[in-house]
Amino acid sequence: MIANEKVWTVIVLLAIGTFLIRFSFLGLVGDRELPPIILKALRYTPVAVLPGMVAPLVLWPAATQGVTDPLRLFAALVTLGVGMWRKSFMPAALSGAVAFYGGLWVLNLAS
Amino acid sequence: MSNVTPKSAALMGAKNGSPFILVLLPFAVLFGVLANQAGLSIEAAFGFSLLVIAGSAQFAALQLLTEDAAIPLILLASLSVNLRMAMYSASLVPHLGKAPLWQRALVAYLNFDQSYAVSSAKYQEEPNWSVPAKVAYFLGVATPLATIWYVMTLVGVLVGTSIPQEWGLDFILPITFIGLFAPMLRTLAHLAAAGTSVFVALIFVSLPSGMGVLIAALCAMVVGVVVETWMEKRGAL
Repeated sequence: MIANEKVWTVIVLLAIGTFLIRFSFLGLVGDRELPPIILKALRYTPVAVLPGMVAPLVLWPAATQGVTDPLRLFAALVTLGVGMWRKSFMPAALSGAVAFYGGLWVLNLAS
Repeated sequence: MSNVTPKSAALMGAKNGSPFILVLLPFAVLFGVLANQAGLSIEAAFGFSLLVIAGSAQFAALQLLTEDAAIPLILLASLSVNLRMAMYSASLVPHLGKAPLWQRALVAYLNFDQSYAVSSAKYQEEPNWSVPAKVAYFLGVATPLATIWYVMTLVGVLVGTSIPQEWGLDFILPITFIGLFAPMLRTLAHLAAAGTSVFVALIFVSLPSGMGVLIAALCAMVVGVVVETWMEKRGAL
Protein backbone atom coordinates (compact mmCIF):
# COMPACT_ATOMS: atom_id res chain seq x y z
CA MET A 1 0.00 0.00 0.00
CA ILE A 2 1.42 3.35 -1.02
CA ALA A 3 0.95 6.31 1.34
CA ASN A 4 -1.86 8.54 0.11
CA GLU A 5 0.11 11.77 0.75
CA LYS A 6 2.93 10.50 -1.44
CA VAL A 7 0.54 9.63 -4.26
CA TRP A 8 -1.07 13.09 -4.16
CA THR A 9 2.29 14.86 -3.97
CA VAL A 10 3.35 13.01 -7.12
CA ILE A 11 0.03 13.75 -8.86
CA VAL A 12 0.10 17.49 -8.13
CA LEU A 13 3.80 18.04 -8.91
CA LEU A 14 3.62 15.87 -12.02
CA ALA A 15 0.53 17.79 -13.17
CA ILE A 16 2.30 21.14 -12.70
CA GLY A 17 5.49 19.94 -14.39
CA THR A 18 3.62 18.40 -17.31
CA PHE A 19 1.56 21.55 -17.79
CA LEU A 20 4.68 23.72 -17.77
CA ILE A 21 6.28 21.50 -20.44
CA ARG A 22 3.15 21.79 -22.59
CA PHE A 23 2.79 25.51 -21.96
CA SER A 24 6.51 26.27 -22.42
CA PHE A 25 6.75 27.53 -25.96
CA LEU A 26 3.12 28.23 -26.63
CA GLY A 27 2.70 30.28 -23.49
CA LEU A 28 6.03 31.66 -22.44
CA VAL A 29 8.86 31.35 -24.88
CA GLY A 30 6.91 32.24 -27.99
CA ASP A 31 8.17 32.05 -31.52
CA ARG A 32 11.80 31.28 -30.88
CA GLU A 33 13.84 28.61 -32.60
CA LEU A 34 15.14 25.76 -30.46
CA PRO A 35 18.73 24.67 -31.01
CA PRO A 36 18.52 21.69 -33.43
CA ILE A 37 20.41 19.43 -31.04
CA ILE A 38 17.75 19.96 -28.34
CA LEU A 39 14.98 19.26 -30.84
CA LYS A 40 16.74 16.05 -31.80
CA ALA A 41 17.23 14.96 -28.21
CA LEU A 42 13.57 15.61 -27.34
CA ARG A 43 12.47 13.18 -30.02
CA TYR A 44 14.25 10.35 -28.21
CA THR A 45 12.77 10.82 -24.75
CA PRO A 46 10.10 8.06 -24.92
CA VAL A 47 12.46 5.44 -26.37
CA ALA A 48 15.14 6.54 -23.90
CA VAL A 49 13.01 6.19 -20.76
CA LEU A 50 10.52 3.36 -21.32
CA PRO A 51 12.87 0.52 -22.39
CA GLY A 52 15.11 1.11 -19.38
CA MET A 53 12.12 1.07 -17.09
CA VAL A 54 10.77 -2.15 -18.56
CA ALA A 55 13.95 -4.23 -18.87
CA PRO A 56 14.39 -5.12 -15.17
CA LEU A 57 10.64 -5.82 -14.87
CA VAL A 58 10.91 -8.34 -17.70
CA LEU A 59 14.14 -10.02 -16.65
CA TRP A 60 13.64 -10.06 -12.88
CA PRO A 61 9.89 -9.85 -12.18
CA ALA A 62 8.78 -9.14 -8.63
CA ALA A 63 5.99 -11.71 -9.03
CA THR A 64 8.59 -14.52 -9.29
CA GLN A 65 10.78 -13.01 -6.53
CA GLY A 66 13.23 -11.76 -9.14
CA VAL A 67 13.81 -15.13 -10.81
CA THR A 68 13.81 -14.90 -14.62
CA ASP A 69 10.57 -16.37 -15.92
CA PRO A 70 10.71 -17.79 -19.48
CA LEU A 71 7.00 -17.11 -20.02
CA ARG A 72 7.26 -13.39 -19.11
CA LEU A 73 10.36 -13.06 -21.27
CA PHE A 74 8.54 -14.72 -24.16
CA ALA A 75 5.47 -12.50 -23.80
CA ALA A 76 7.70 -9.40 -23.71
CA LEU A 77 9.48 -10.44 -26.92
CA VAL A 78 6.13 -11.13 -28.63
CA THR A 79 4.93 -7.62 -27.67
CA LEU A 80 8.16 -6.06 -28.93
CA GLY A 81 8.11 -8.00 -32.19
CA VAL A 82 4.46 -7.32 -33.00
CA GLY A 83 4.85 -3.66 -32.01
CA MET A 84 7.81 -3.17 -34.33
CA TRP A 85 6.07 -5.06 -37.12
CA ARG A 86 2.59 -3.53 -36.93
CA LYS A 87 3.75 -0.12 -35.63
CA SER A 88 0.74 0.23 -33.40
CA PHE A 89 -0.02 -0.10 -29.68
CA MET A 90 -3.13 -2.28 -29.65
CA PRO A 91 -1.92 -5.26 -31.72
CA ALA A 92 1.33 -5.28 -29.73
CA ALA A 93 -0.29 -5.13 -26.29
CA LEU A 94 -3.00 -7.64 -27.20
CA SER A 95 -0.49 -10.17 -28.60
CA GLY A 96 1.64 -9.77 -25.50
CA ALA A 97 -1.34 -10.35 -23.23
CA VAL A 98 -2.47 -13.37 -25.28
CA ALA A 99 1.07 -14.80 -25.19
CA PHE A 100 1.25 -14.33 -21.41
CA TYR A 101 -2.20 -15.60 -20.45
CA GLY A 102 -2.19 -18.28 -23.15
CA GLY A 103 1.16 -19.45 -21.80
CA LEU A 104 -0.11 -19.49 -18.21
CA TRP A 105 -3.11 -21.52 -19.31
CA VAL A 106 -0.98 -24.07 -21.19
CA LEU A 107 1.40 -24.38 -18.23
CA ASN A 108 -1.56 -24.94 -15.90
CA LEU A 109 -2.87 -27.70 -18.17
CA ALA A 110 0.56 -29.34 -18.28
CA SER A 111 1.07 -29.33 -14.52
CA MET B 1 -12.04 25.76 -48.14
CA SER B 2 -9.69 28.23 -46.58
CA ASN B 3 -12.21 29.90 -44.28
CA VAL B 4 -14.42 28.15 -41.78
CA THR B 5 -16.32 29.28 -38.73
CA PRO B 6 -14.89 28.19 -35.36
CA LYS B 7 -18.02 26.11 -34.84
CA SER B 8 -17.62 24.08 -38.01
CA ALA B 9 -13.88 23.76 -37.31
CA ALA B 10 -14.67 22.35 -33.85
CA LEU B 11 -17.12 19.83 -35.31
CA MET B 12 -14.60 18.82 -37.94
CA GLY B 13 -12.01 18.38 -35.17
CA ALA B 14 -14.34 16.15 -33.17
CA LYS B 15 -14.93 14.03 -36.26
CA ASN B 16 -11.25 13.76 -37.21
CA GLY B 17 -10.29 12.90 -33.63
CA SER B 18 -12.96 10.24 -33.14
CA PRO B 19 -10.96 7.24 -34.43
CA PHE B 20 -8.57 7.79 -31.53
CA ILE B 21 -11.34 7.02 -29.06
CA LEU B 22 -10.61 3.37 -29.84
CA VAL B 23 -6.93 3.89 -28.96
CA LEU B 24 -7.48 5.82 -25.75
CA LEU B 25 -10.43 3.89 -24.36
CA PRO B 26 -8.68 0.59 -23.51
CA PHE B 27 -5.60 2.51 -22.42
CA ALA B 28 -7.59 4.57 -19.93
CA VAL B 29 -9.42 1.49 -18.60
CA LEU B 30 -6.06 -0.20 -18.18
CA PHE B 31 -4.69 2.73 -16.20
CA GLY B 32 -7.70 2.60 -13.90
CA VAL B 33 -7.36 -1.15 -13.38
CA LEU B 34 -3.64 -0.97 -12.63
CA ALA B 35 -3.99 2.07 -10.37
CA ASN B 36 -6.62 0.16 -8.43
CA GLN B 37 -4.41 -2.95 -8.19
CA ALA B 38 -1.52 -0.79 -6.99
CA GLY B 39 -3.71 0.34 -4.11
CA LEU B 40 -4.54 3.86 -5.30
CA SER B 41 -7.89 5.30 -4.28
CA ILE B 42 -10.46 6.06 -6.98
CA GLU B 43 -9.87 9.80 -6.34
CA ALA B 44 -6.13 9.40 -6.88
CA ALA B 45 -6.58 7.41 -10.11
CA PHE B 46 -9.03 10.02 -11.38
CA GLY B 47 -6.73 12.82 -10.19
CA PHE B 48 -3.93 11.39 -12.29
CA SER B 49 -6.05 11.27 -15.44
CA LEU B 50 -7.67 14.67 -14.86
CA LEU B 51 -4.62 16.67 -13.77
CA VAL B 52 -1.72 14.96 -15.52
CA ILE B 53 -3.61 13.72 -18.61
CA ALA B 54 -0.56 11.99 -20.14
CA GLY B 55 -0.75 8.22 -20.56
CA SER B 56 2.87 7.07 -20.61
CA ALA B 57 3.89 9.40 -17.78
CA GLN B 58 0.97 8.21 -15.66
CA PHE B 59 1.97 4.58 -16.17
CA ALA B 60 5.61 5.41 -15.43
CA ALA B 61 4.70 7.26 -12.22
CA LEU B 62 2.44 4.38 -11.17
CA GLN B 63 5.20 1.83 -11.71
CA LEU B 64 7.73 3.89 -9.73
CA LEU B 65 5.20 4.50 -6.94
CA THR B 66 4.74 0.73 -6.54
CA GLU B 67 8.54 0.38 -6.41
CA ASP B 68 8.52 2.98 -3.63
CA ALA B 69 10.97 5.22 -5.48
CA ALA B 70 11.75 8.64 -3.99
CA ILE B 71 9.44 11.46 -5.12
CA PRO B 72 12.10 13.52 -7.00
CA LEU B 73 13.10 10.41 -8.97
CA ILE B 74 9.48 9.57 -9.82
CA LEU B 75 8.97 13.14 -11.04
CA LEU B 76 12.18 13.28 -13.08
CA ALA B 77 11.54 9.96 -14.81
CA SER B 78 7.87 10.67 -15.53
CA LEU B 79 8.50 14.23 -16.68
CA SER B 80 11.25 13.12 -19.01
CA VAL B 81 8.69 10.87 -20.73
CA ASN B 82 6.71 14.08 -21.32
CA LEU B 83 9.58 16.19 -22.64
CA ARG B 84 8.52 15.44 -26.20
CA MET B 85 5.53 17.69 -25.50
CA ALA B 86 7.86 20.71 -25.39
CA MET B 87 8.44 19.93 -29.04
CA TYR B 88 4.68 19.82 -29.68
CA SER B 89 4.32 23.10 -27.84
CA ALA B 90 6.99 24.73 -29.98
CA SER B 91 5.51 23.50 -33.23
CA LEU B 92 2.05 24.91 -32.38
CA VAL B 93 3.41 28.44 -31.89
CA PRO B 94 3.24 29.49 -35.57
CA HIS B 95 -0.46 28.51 -35.63
CA LEU B 96 -1.79 29.34 -32.18
CA GLY B 97 0.80 31.78 -30.82
CA LYS B 98 -1.52 34.76 -31.38
CA ALA B 99 -4.50 33.29 -29.52
CA PRO B 100 -5.45 34.81 -26.13
CA LEU B 101 -3.42 33.54 -23.18
CA TRP B 102 -6.29 31.57 -21.61
CA GLN B 103 -6.88 29.73 -24.89
CA ARG B 104 -3.20 28.90 -25.20
CA ALA B 105 -3.27 27.63 -21.61
CA LEU B 106 -6.28 25.45 -22.41
CA VAL B 107 -4.61 24.08 -25.54
CA ALA B 108 -1.45 23.41 -23.51
CA TYR B 109 -3.41 21.44 -20.91
CA LEU B 110 -5.04 19.36 -23.69
CA ASN B 111 -1.86 18.89 -25.72
CA PHE B 112 -1.32 15.12 -25.81
CA ASP B 113 -0.02 12.85 -28.59
CA GLN B 114 -3.33 12.38 -30.41
CA SER B 115 -4.69 15.92 -30.18
CA TYR B 116 -1.34 17.27 -31.32
CA ALA B 117 -0.93 14.80 -34.20
CA VAL B 118 -4.42 15.36 -35.63
CA SER B 119 -4.36 19.16 -35.24
CA SER B 120 -0.88 19.79 -36.55
CA ALA B 121 -1.67 17.67 -39.62
CA LYS B 122 -4.76 19.83 -40.24
CA TYR B 123 -2.77 23.07 -39.82
CA GLN B 124 -0.36 21.87 -42.50
CA GLU B 125 -3.33 21.36 -44.82
CA GLU B 126 -5.11 24.60 -43.92
CA PRO B 127 -2.46 27.17 -43.02
CA ASN B 128 -4.82 30.03 -43.85
CA TRP B 129 -7.49 29.22 -41.29
CA SER B 130 -8.14 32.01 -38.79
CA VAL B 131 -6.58 31.65 -35.33
CA PRO B 132 -10.03 31.18 -33.67
CA ALA B 133 -10.83 28.41 -36.16
CA LYS B 134 -7.51 26.71 -35.44
CA VAL B 135 -8.07 26.92 -31.66
CA ALA B 136 -11.64 25.60 -32.09
CA TYR B 137 -10.38 22.72 -34.21
CA PHE B 138 -7.81 21.76 -31.55
CA LEU B 139 -10.40 21.85 -28.79
CA GLY B 140 -12.81 19.92 -31.02
CA VAL B 141 -10.26 17.12 -31.37
CA ALA B 142 -9.10 17.14 -27.75
CA THR B 143 -12.25 17.61 -25.67
CA PRO B 144 -14.06 14.33 -26.52
CA LEU B 145 -10.79 12.38 -26.25
CA ALA B 146 -9.99 13.92 -22.85
CA THR B 147 -13.51 13.12 -21.64
CA ILE B 148 -13.08 9.48 -22.68
CA TRP B 149 -9.76 9.47 -20.84
CA TYR B 150 -11.30 10.68 -17.54
CA VAL B 151 -14.45 8.58 -17.64
CA MET B 152 -12.76 5.36 -18.73
CA THR B 153 -10.16 5.72 -15.96
CA LEU B 154 -13.05 5.61 -13.49
CA VAL B 155 -14.53 2.60 -15.27
CA GLY B 156 -11.11 0.94 -15.05
CA VAL B 157 -10.92 1.47 -11.29
CA LEU B 158 -14.36 -0.10 -10.88
CA VAL B 159 -13.41 -3.02 -13.13
CA GLY B 160 -10.16 -3.38 -11.18
CA THR B 161 -11.95 -3.89 -7.88
CA SER B 162 -13.54 -7.05 -9.27
CA ILE B 163 -10.31 -8.56 -10.61
CA PRO B 164 -8.58 -10.92 -8.18
CA GLN B 165 -4.86 -10.32 -7.51
CA GLU B 166 -4.06 -13.90 -8.68
CA TRP B 167 -4.64 -12.91 -12.30
CA GLY B 168 -1.02 -11.86 -12.65
CA LEU B 169 -1.85 -8.33 -13.75
CA ASP B 170 1.66 -7.36 -12.63
CA PHE B 171 2.89 -8.18 -16.10
CA ILE B 172 0.37 -6.04 -17.96
CA LEU B 173 2.35 -2.89 -17.13
CA PRO B 174 5.59 -4.05 -18.79
CA ILE B 175 3.54 -5.20 -21.80
CA THR B 176 1.93 -1.76 -21.94
CA PHE B 177 5.32 -0.02 -21.90
CA ILE B 178 6.69 -2.29 -24.63
CA GLY B 179 3.54 -1.76 -26.70
CA LEU B 180 4.10 1.98 -26.36
CA PHE B 181 7.72 2.18 -27.42
CA ALA B 182 8.03 -0.73 -29.90
CA PRO B 183 6.13 1.13 -32.68
CA MET B 184 8.56 4.05 -32.27
CA LEU B 185 11.58 1.92 -33.15
CA ARG B 186 11.53 2.97 -36.79
CA THR B 187 15.12 4.06 -37.32
CA LEU B 188 18.56 2.76 -36.41
CA ALA B 189 18.97 5.75 -34.08
CA HIS B 190 15.78 4.88 -32.17
CA LEU B 191 16.87 1.23 -31.93
CA ALA B 192 20.29 2.28 -30.66
CA ALA B 193 18.71 4.60 -28.08
CA ALA B 194 16.34 1.87 -26.85
CA GLY B 195 19.15 -0.69 -26.70
CA THR B 196 21.33 1.72 -24.71
CA SER B 197 18.47 2.42 -22.34
CA VAL B 198 17.99 -1.31 -21.63
CA PHE B 199 21.71 -2.00 -21.26
CA VAL B 200 22.46 0.91 -18.92
CA ALA B 201 19.31 0.36 -16.84
CA LEU B 202 20.30 -3.28 -16.27
CA ILE B 203 23.84 -2.27 -15.23
CA PHE B 204 22.49 0.21 -12.66
CA VAL B 205 19.59 -1.91 -11.48
CA SER B 206 20.89 -2.06 -7.90
CA LEU B 207 20.78 1.75 -7.50
CA PRO B 208 17.79 3.19 -5.64
CA SER B 209 14.62 2.69 -7.64
CA GLY B 210 14.22 5.23 -10.46
CA MET B 211 17.88 6.33 -10.47
CA GLY B 212 19.09 3.72 -12.97
CA VAL B 213 16.32 4.65 -15.39
CA LEU B 214 17.37 8.30 -15.35
CA ILE B 215 21.02 7.54 -16.06
CA ALA B 216 19.90 5.11 -18.77
CA ALA B 217 17.61 7.73 -20.34
CA LEU B 218 20.36 10.35 -20.49
CA CYS B 219 22.81 7.92 -22.11
CA ALA B 220 20.11 6.75 -24.53
CA MET B 221 19.26 10.28 -25.66
CA VAL B 222 22.91 11.03 -26.32
CA VAL B 223 23.28 7.79 -28.29
CA GLY B 224 20.10 8.55 -30.27
CA VAL B 225 21.35 12.01 -31.27
CA VAL B 226 24.87 10.77 -32.06
CA VAL B 227 23.61 7.91 -34.25
CA GLU B 228 21.11 10.17 -36.02
CA THR B 229 23.80 12.77 -36.74
CA TRP B 230 26.11 10.01 -37.96
CA MET B 231 23.39 8.58 -40.24
CA GLU B 232 22.72 12.05 -41.68
CA LYS B 233 26.41 12.58 -42.41
CA ARG B 234 26.62 9.16 -44.03
CA GLY B 235 23.53 9.90 -46.11
CA ALA B 236 24.98 13.23 -47.19
CA LEU B 237 28.22 11.76 -48.46
